[in-house]
Amino acid sequence: MKLIPCPHCGNRAQAEFVYERTADSVVPLDAAPAAAVAALFTRANPRGMDEEIWCHAYGCGAWMLIRRDRVSHAIEWVRPIGPEVLP
Amino acid sequence: MSEPSINFTFDGRTLKARPGQTLAAALLDNGITLVGRSFKYHRPRGILSAGVEEPNALVTVGTGGRAEPNTRATDLFVYEGLTATSQNRWPSLSSDVGSALSLAAKAMPAGFYYKTFFGPPKLWLVYEEFIRRAAGLGPAPTEMDPDHYATRAAFCDVLVVGSGPAGLIAARDAVRSGKKVILVEQDAVIAPSLLRDPGEIDGKPGRQWAGEIATEIRTAGGKVLTRTSASGLWDDQFVCLSEKLVEPGQEPANGFAQRYWHVRADEVVLATGAIERPLTFANNDLPGVMLSQAVRTYINRFGVVPGQRAVVATTNDDGYLTAAALADAGAEVVVLDSRAGPAGQGSGLTVHNSSAPVAAKGGKKGVRALTASLNGSQHTFACDLVCMAGGFTPVVHLHMQTGGKLSWDEAAQAFVPGESRWNVRTAGLAAQPAPAETVGAAGNAKQAFVDFQNDVTVADLDLAWREGYRSVEHLKRYTTLGMATDQGKTSNMAALDRIARREGKAVPEAGLTTFRPPYTPVSMGALAGLATGEHAQPTRRPALYDLHAAKDPIWLNAGYWKRPRAYPRGAESLAEAGLREARAVRRSVGMCDVSTLAKFEVQGPDAVEFLERVCQTTVGKLAIGRGRYTFMAREDGLVFDDGTVWRLDESRYLLTSSTGGAGRMATWLSYVRNHLCADLKVSVVCVQEHYAAIAVAGPQSCAVMAKLTEAEAPRHMSVTEAAIAGAPVLLMAASFSGERAFEVHFDASHAEAVWQAIEGAGCCPYGLEAMELLRIEKGHMVVGPDIDGRLTADELGLGKMVSKARRWIGAATLERPDFADPMRKQFVGLEALGGGSIPEGAMLVRFIGGEAEGHVTGSGLRVLEGGSIAIGHLKGGQQRHGEEIYAYSPTRKARVRVRVTSPHFYDPAGERYRD
Repeated sequence: MKLIPCPHCGNRAQAEFVYERTADSVVPLDAAPAAAVAALFTRANPRGMDEEIWCHAYGCGAWMLIRRDRVSHAIEWVRPIGPEVLP
Repeated sequence: MSEPSINFTFDGRTLKARPGQTLAAALLDNGITLVGRSFKYHRPRGILSAGVEEPNALVTVGTGGRAEPNTRATDLFVYEGLTATSQNRWPSLSSDVGSALSLAAKAMPAGFYYKTFFGPPKLWLVYEEFIRRAAGLGPAPTEMDPDHYATRAAFCDVLVVGSGPAGLIAARDAVRSGKKVILVEQDAVIAPSLLRDPGEIDGKPGRQWAGEIATEIRTAGGKVLTRTSASGLWDDQFVCLSEKLVEPGQEPANGFAQRYWHVRADEVVLATGAIERPLTFANNDLPGVMLSQAVRTYINRFGVVPGQRAVVATTNDDGYLTAAALADAGAEVVVLDSRAGPAGQGSGLTVHNSSAPVAAKGGKKGVRALTASLNGSQHTFACDLVCMAGGFTPVVHLHMQTGGKLSWDEAAQAFVPGESRWNVRTAGLAAQPAPAETVGAAGNAKQAFVDFQNDVTVADLDLAWREGYRSVEHLKRYTTLGMATDQGKTSNMAALDRIARREGKAVPEAGLTTFRPPYTPVSMGALAGLATGEHAQPTRRPALYDLHAAKDPIWLNAGYWKRPRAYPRGAESLAEAGLREARAVRRSVGMCDVSTLAKFEVQGPDAVEFLERVCQTTVGKLAIGRGRYTFMAREDGLVFDDGTVWRLDESRYLLTSSTGGAGRMATWLSYVRNHLCADLKVSVVCVQEHYAAIAVAGPQSCAVMAKLTEAEAPRHMSVTEAAIAGAPVLLMAASFSGERAFEVHFDASHAEAVWQAIEGAGCCPYGLEAMELLRIEKGHMVVGPDIDGRLTADELGLGKMVSKARRWIGAATLERPDFADPMRKQFVGLEALGGGSIPEGAMLVRFIGGEAEGHVTGSGLRVLEGGSIAIGHLKGGQQRHGEEIYAYSPTRKARVRVRVTSPHFYDPAGERYRD
């Protein structure tokens, strides 16, 4: 089972995390209808690196963006998401 | 070897074993060589190996709920009272009727199942019974397993799998550099190979050397686990270990049969050794045809000489060690060496070079003779034992499970571990197997077995190849090669060799199938651990659980929650109690525990902004102290939950939503808040279990509330703060039942006092059964059946409440043209025209046999007047009020003529809410 480096807790087992969606499937609040439909239903599904939203649901509850190789599972970086990380 | 002193039974015969013997060793010691019948053809089978790779000698061990089928006799240490039964035979092992199947082997060639499944389905119905009875392994026990299984997590610096010399050296070096070590051995003793081949290491007897290292590991705080199989290796060196605390079928002294470990290691060393390969020749599956190292193990470790006239067929030097051991034990030995060279000279043994076995002869009593090619000519040797030394296949399973690459070792004719993505390395014979030749298959291909457990012959492989199954992955599935409980540990390389030869390729070009966990079978009980029975899932008890339990209600498991379904009086049935409770609400007043509702406090200057995004209704216009019904859409525009929103203060709101969707709503609000509204000044806190809640409903609810709070009850959809029984409460006037009603929310620590005060005021407790009757008659939806995430607010009949500002999430997607289709499903009411209730889940059809145009989501009746009614989803339903159709359930053999109506059967104008 993979280890995922939570920005708050450090390395934790993957079982503590929940995958939410790829970053490009987030529908912004002001998205036009066509853009919203595209984000939801026509995903890129790349072979290789992708950015994904995960939540440390069974840990601290924090959201994060993970850049991960979808072939080897290697994680390039993890960044926290949420109000506390706004400038 | 000590005297036989342990009593055990095999197929009802009482026998004696020596301490430390496996069941296989004890059977051989007792002169028993016929141990099982093969999977498909019921051929007599004996013991091939002395380890976990055993494909033939499978038995059911233990009785009752402790019975464990398909246990390898070679991986089962005898204990007092062990009961073993042979499998796949009837009426007995020696006179098996199914062995007639051997004659019918032509009827079940490679791809038999494959072709059968692709054939007409009716044929499968004919075959199924026959196949299920004829082909199979031991039956699963029907009784509950009486034993417990422990689970444990551990961390270490270095985990070493395998305690042979290579594993022990790796563990010792790690300990001496200050590392925490776990050493894992699947056998009952460490360094079992040193029992097979005793010798000196570092100037000490091998066993003593091994014992000293084990002590060193333990002294340094490490662990040495025997009878423990490393069954799986995953990313970042996560290893699952399955530890037998007692042998299969044995009653554990402390109740625990096994312990399942989850280990995270910084480094994993795989010293897993190599498995000897059989040779492929006709009748190589007869009892008495064994792996060479296994024979040596039986002689040197278990004190059993499996034969007196032996032929050792070898492709490498290791076979000579077995020949010598047999000769020392007084057996006659002939060595057939595939190699031309002068190997074996000076050993004092009879050696034939450039020779290989072609066909064995014999029957259920075992092998009688072996015909071999000797430098081109054929010769037959009378014998009672054939030892196959076909070279070694490194155990690369764990390495490969995490995506490790393999390399080809030409000298050993074997795949060895290559690069690993993780901190995993392989040591010893698994990395560097001894050199050996490969000899191809010989003799009648229909009797030359490649996969012993799944009865796959060389002829089967050839047939599959002729039929175009060239890729090893396709070939595996077509022939079932390597798909039995042994996962092809002894068969893979022989099959690859055959395919490579047919393709005219080298073995590495032919490819290899992927190994997946577990390495050896793991008990289901070990995986479940303590999460069985009532502990299989969590039980959530609302704060009022004890008060309900005192009334001995009929319980309903609502998700993990235990909720009362009804409180029957005397001999009342569920339906009778539910109807009585519902009528009490319609006529006077009832009370219901609604503590499990999802509840969120939303606070901050931007709370309204946040709620207007989440809720499809307007929130901004709510005055302080007012609330409203609301519902929420996903980004795709479809409604997924509903509830109420209350403005408690200038910038403080309470949002309630469905019990079943509570977890999903918590995640959704967190997602919206963190990803879509990160710049808002708002705090969202789940207070589901902080507040207990009681619904008080009925025409007298107003009077009850006024009396209990000594204040005027709030008007419909208003909220006030009050006190009941000294506890501060939020009094929210809202109705799910259709009557004037209140939800009383309060700190859960006051649950009992508040409940007793309300019940003391004359309210009749009602459960979920009555709540269903009331809300279905009123046409109120629930999340799950009615709000199922597939309909829009318009289709649910909520269109008038949708905020015109369209700032809510999902508004953009809802403009897709498909949502304008008037024939999408819509929420309707259904009224039965004859007698009988309308079955929940029934499909809605214009005529019996017609297209299903919808389904019944909830079934009930008119609480006071009687008469069956229901609600459901129906294509274009909102324009079809008055139409007569059928609610039809072929599975429940029910059809009811129904009239489509508005879903609001009771007080559609909502006059009963208002004072």
